Amino acid sequence: MSLVVFALILWAAGWAINVRIANGPGGTTRAGALAVPIIFGATLLGMWELMVRGFDVPRVILPPPSMIATTFSENLGMLWGDFVQTILKGALTGYLMGCAAAFLVALLVDRYDYLRRGLLPLGNFMAALPIVGTAPILVMWFGFGWQSKAAVVVLMVFFPMLVNTVAGLSDTTNMQRDLMRTYASSWGQTLLKLRLPAALPFIFNGLKVCTTLALVGAIVAEFFGSPTLGLGFRISTSIGQLDLGMVWAAILVAAIFGTLFYGIIAGLEKRLTYWHASQRG
Amino acid sequence: MSEAVAEGTAPRPHRRLPIPPVVPMIVALIALWYVAAVPMNIKEALTQVERDGAVVSPESAVERRDMSNWALVARNPQHIAGSWATARPRLPAPHVVVEELYDSTIGEEVNGRRGLVRSGSLSNRSLVYHGLVTLNATFVGFLIGAVLGVALAIGIVHSRVMDMSVMPWAIVSQTIPIVALAPMIIVVLYSIGVQGLIPKAVISAYLSFFPVVVGMVKGLRAPDGMQLDLMRTYNADARTVLQKLRLPSSVPYLFASLKIAIAASLVGAIVGELPVQRGGLGARMLAGSYYGQTAQIWAALLTAAALAAVLVGLLGWLERKTLARMGMQT
Repeated sequence: MSLVVFALILWAAGWAINVRIANGPGGTTRAGALAVPIIFGATLLGMWELMVRGFDVPRVILPPPSMIATTFSENLGMLWGDFVQTILKGALTGYLMGCAAAFLVALLVDRYDYLRRGLLPLGNFMAALPIVGTAPILVMWFGFGWQSKAAVVVLMVFFPMLVNTVAGLSDTTNMQRDLMRTYASSWGQTLLKLRLPAALPFIFNGLKVCTTLALVGAIVAEFFGSPTLGLGFRISTSIGQLDLGMVWAAILVAAIFGTLFYGIIAGLEKRLTYWHASQRG
Repeated sequence: MSEAVAEGTAPRPHRRLPIPPVVPMIVALIALWYVAAVPMNIKEALTQVERDGAVVSPESAVERRDMSNWALVARNPQHIAGSWATARPRLPAPHVVVEELYDSTIGEEVNGRRGLVRSGSLSNRSLVYHGLVTLNATFVGFLIGAVLGVALAIGIVHSRVMDMSVMPWAIVSQTIPIVALAPMIIVVLYSIGVQGLIPKAVISAYLSFFPVVVGMVKGLRAPDGMQLDLMRTYNADARTVLQKLRLPSSVPYLFASLKIAIAASLVGAIVGELPVQRGGLGARMLAGSYYGQTAQIWAALLTAAALAAVLVGLLGWLERKTLARMGMQT
């Protein structure tokens, strides 16, 4: 019971520190903006650990963070294999193929107005559908290997990317296009010098949305069949063995990579679209 | 002169109704589907017609196994139609899927032994029943997620500490494949005695929660300095500012994020049905994939797609009505 009381004290202390930092002079600085969420996260982790131990929660329901950390560090080799199988082979391949295909189709759609009026409503419709549902079919077609996972990812990222890129390519004003016309620039030149740069914020928005979708697609597809490694396989088999520490470790891998992947794309966006209003603010 | 111009620009009375470009695209898609079904199913189809006594071009099954699908199609053009009607197709032709869709909805309820007409309750083999199971979880989860999301967003807008500590985590959590947690949540809740609708709704709520938080924080901050200053000159307290300025101006943002949230909620419910085989479209898909019933998977998939389309469409309609009533443009 004392552990529970200690958890509550920890919570109050963390919150009090955050209130002081946020409302004090440090609240507007970079260090303050970084410290507050870190303290909040650390407090939550500490509470989790203490509560689980204090209330004697069974390990098969909620393992404490320390146990997850040990499982994670003890099984680094196996988790690395899962990481390569699911994320590098399945998710990343599918992501690159899907986004590239969507970009090329977007250029076509943008070139021919008839295609735009025909394909864009379909694309908008498909972007809202639960495409994860195609996973069992694709696993049946492409086998249990990473190819079927990549195929699911291609389908999942294609439509959001297409819709975003097409929206971006039409995001220039008449005035700008007229200027290009007075320079007698061809379609290709207009595209390269005006419309692609103008579309970049939208393209990056699509790329960022797709990072999470790619991971979700690759992991969920493994629930329908996989070789004996992969994050989705690890999650589903470890649940069967009630080894929740391993489940959380696998989720931790996905979470770390998801955040990193998103961060890389966001960093690239910052470098390439530094001129856009959303980046200067 | 001016009359002639006016006449020229007026629409001609006998013009034919223009076909929207979506229609030929859909027709092309269905045609492509039929074409793709031929090489996908040709092996199975040839085996089937051979069993019925027809002559097939390479006569031994072993030889056929090693040949490419297109070569088989080229050598047996008379059996192409058979590949649209095999018993266990790898890619069922569209009409087979539509048939299955009809059989497992109207057909099952009207003629089936366990259907609505004979037994008075929905058959557990019909997609209507499974669709309703999924829809229930989706709705409950969506409501919980949306209400909690709006509440947290209001808290974040009003408290600087909450904004600084919670908001970065809310954004980070969007980059994490949360669906991966779904089977664990199901199993854990099951082991403490909670089962049925609630575990699926928890996953749906979790998935629909973050889009609503992020969208609503943006929306509640949408009023500019001038409008906030006006409220200050009226000596309005935070509660009044929220009611009269922040909430109304966040409505467009709310609907935009609700549309994302309900689609995510449906995905959550479907994925949540995978580990526990107790009905729902997800369970139906998994069962179909276990027993190689591809038409069943496609039918469940189409039902899920229709559900998503209807739900998002419903929110879009509500959005237009509400915004029109509030005097905002969509």
